[in-house]
Amino acid sequence: MNEDGMYCIDGGRPFVERLTEMASDAMAVVAWGACASWGCVQAAKPNPTHAVPIDKVIRNKPIVKVPGCPPIAEVMTGVITYVTMFGRLPDLDRQGRPKMFYSQRIHDKCYRRPHFDAGQFVEEWDDEGARKGFCLYKMGCKGPTTYNACSTTRWNGGVSFPIQSGHGCIGCSEDGFWDKGSFYDRLTGINAFGIERNADQIGLAAAGIVVAGIAVHAGITAVRQLTTKPKDTIKTIASEPTDKNAG
Amino acid sequence: MGAQTPNGFSLDASGKRIVVDPVTRIEGHLRVEVNVDEHNVIRNAVSTGTMWRGIEVILKGRDPRDAWAFTERICGVCTGTHALTSVRAVENALGISIPENANTIRNLMQLALQVHDHLVHFYHLHALDWVDVVSALKADPKATSILAQSISRWPMSSPGYFKDLQTRLAKFVESGQLGPFKNGYWGHPAYKLPPEANLLAVAHYLEALDFQKEIVKIHTIYGGKNPHPNWLVGGVPCSINVDGTGAVGAINIERLNLVSSVIDRTLEFVEQVYLPDVVAIAGFYKDWLYGGGLSSKSVMSYGDIPEYANDYTDKSLLLPRGVILNGNLKEIHEIDLNAPDQVQEFVAHSWYKYPDETVGLHPYDGVTEPNYQLGPKSKGSKTDIQSLDESAKYSWIKSPRWKGNAVEVGPLARYIIGYAQGKAEFKDPTDKLLTDLGLPLTALFSTLGRTAARALECQWAAQKMRYFQDKLLGSIKAGNLATANVEKWDPATWPKETRGVGFTEAPRGALGHWIRIKDAKIDNYQCVVPTTWNGSPRDPKGNIGAFEASLLDTPVADPNQPLEIIRTLHSFDPCLACSTHVMSPDGQEMAKVTVR
Ligand code: SF4
Repeated sequence: MNEDGMYCIDGGRPFVERLTEMASDAMAVVAWGACASWGCVQAAKPNPTHAVPIDKVIRNKPIVKVPGCPPIAEVMTGVITYVTMFGRLPDLDRQGRPKMFYSQRIHDKCYRRPHFDAGQFVEEWDDEGARKGFCLYKMGCKGPTTYNACSTTRWNGGVSFPIQSGHGCIGCSEDGFWDKGSFYDRLTGINAFGIERNADQIGLAAAGIVVAGIAVHAGITAVRQLTTKPKDTIKTIASEPTDKNAG
Repeated sequence: MGAQTPNGFSLDASGKRIVVDPVTRIEGHLRVEVNVDEHNVIRNAVSTGTMWRGIEVILKGRDPRDAWAFTERICGVCTGTHALTSVRAVENALGISIPENANTIRNLMQLALQVHDHLVHFYHLHALDWVDVVSALKADPKATSILAQSISRWPMSSPGYFKDLQTRLAKFVESGQLGPFKNGYWGHPAYKLPPEANLLAVAHYLEALDFQKEIVKIHTIYGGKNPHPNWLVGGVPCSINVDGTGAVGAINIERLNLVSSVIDRTLEFVEQVYLPDVVAIAGFYKDWLYGGGLSSKSVMSYGDIPEYANDYTDKSLLLPRGVILNGNLKEIHEIDLNAPDQVQEFVAHSWYKYPDETVGLHPYDGVTEPNYQLGPKSKGSKTDIQSLDESAKYSWIKSPRWKGNAVEVGPLARYIIGYAQGKAEFKDPTDKLLTDLGLPLTALFSTLGRTAARALECQWAAQKMRYFQDKLLGSIKAGNLATANVEKWDPATWPKETRGVGFTEAPRGALGHWIRIKDAKIDNYQCVVPTTWNGSPRDPKGNIGAFEASLLDTPVADPNQPLEIIRTLHSFDPCLACSTHVMSPDGQEMAKVTVR
């Protein structure tokens, strides 16, 4: 938001003005992606443009956060159809994320979890363990602290998800994931059996942090006049509405 | 008022000024201002990148092995290209070589991206510059079917299919909800297709929407997700196991079959839908050969798709490498990305600060320090720009130059260089296309040429996907399973100080990342991206970049509906390093146009 918002210009004016105008007649705003939800990559330290998430710009509306870089397409569709179909906003967790997709960790539903529990880890890229599909915890997997649906819903029509294709989770739906050390640093403070408690503490701590970072990059959806005209209720500023990211 | 640029274009800013901002159906934020003369012919053009996100500043002090994930997020659509460029830069700096299979899989991912990007760009971002959706309502479905079957053996071509589609389209239009088709100057005199060709193209627009979900599965299999698949310094993260315990969780025969079937469908779609469509559409626009700009003078390609792992020389790179200057197709200049006097970035007209702005900086020594200010002749205020002053700073894009020359990059540049090198893979399809259309070689240097080269390249890339998938299968059959080299994974093995460069040919053109590493951390990181080359503002000598050059001398039928401007800009597939799109319930917002 430095330079009066002129790092992102739309029609000769700061994009942020457009954002506020669009949201003014909305009943709720859906923050698509890690950018709108947390600020994401442009808000990573030292955040040169002073990017902030949507809830730092729009303060008088309910905000539904659908984080992820990007979020899973099926999850985005799910959130929108939930609102149009049931005529209400989904249940949200403390951080404003729909519980139906964000209440469990990648680790909770990861198919490599038995290897974690058995202490069978990938020790090096493409080692014997990697070829056998062992747990990626030692390669820096952030699955134990990341709340998202990847390990269940998977990606692009259920074809795979990062861990299935051999790379640890980088935690791209978590607030400030860019600034939590290298993607290959091992998570600390997570014991094989104490994990429930530890991860919950992490969740609590994250909820208490003032979200520091916006979100001109991804998109928002303003949900308006919800009860009267369901067909016209959705106003979307999507990252890629009709094309490349939609798949 | 006229002026001559050193690179051979005449500019005259005395006429009426037209402002288009934002230019829609592109990736990111672009503003364009042009001056037209009394016949509404463009005589001056000013292109402005309107967003800065500061990724390069953010990378300082981080682990070089993480850089791919940051740079990948520079763009939501050429997802992966930046990541690939980044891991190559780090590997170059640290002297890491990758296994053959990793090179093959990376090529497959890069080629899948090329195909996906070209296809989506044509149908969803560019076709509506040529295709009038509303006119499709007047088409005779039977005649459309005959047309479709005359250009391709694609099976979805019955009269009933087109009739049904037309009925749905009519309902759409009647309800006033054009949805994705809202964004067009329907009925504009610059649309030349008969109703049947328009209907055919609309059908394929919708089919391509479906199809693009298929091709990204290649990224999902090898990289875990799309957009933004995962990469790895030293190779690729996925392991291969086709025999033993746990194969089910690795790249196994089921995964390989899935990739193969996606490649088969890709070849079908590109060869039976995309390419015939482009040829058919081009046939109706043979008289509209504007928009060549820099392409007939100076073009550049770094080359890409190494046949052999770790060999980035001309003989290994399947996409051509070199520079052509001043239209001399007989001489291909060699590129050295480490040479301080070759690639340089200038900021005299960009919203950045250099100690001395008359000189350019090589990316190793690049500085990215914002400095937002408007020139004295600009109108409006700093937060409400009416019109810009191009004699001062006017863009968030820097001006990269190759030995001081502005160059065009992208599929057309690659094809011109491949053609000039006499490489049959590029020359023969180009000659065939030109002969089929009855056009001379010079017709290639145009908006239409750019669009056609992209389609030809899409076919080339699809064929190469088949080639590399077969190569991978052969390698696995021979017992070669390695996908990563971890010798230098540990930062303790790295030199105290080093630097390196990585390059790719992104769908939109030459892309380079330059990295300096010090004490295992990133000391400096600079990306010079394709749209920076094409969309660059003027340099201190006054050379104009490809976007600005391409708009000159184009007649605009109606300054309030500058379809011609949008058409030519879209032909570059501009990507302004940000992907904010604005959509309302009734479809995408139109470009805002102001005439002064
Ligand atoms: S650490 Fe990662 S790979 Fe291992 S079980 Fe948990 S989520 Fe899966």
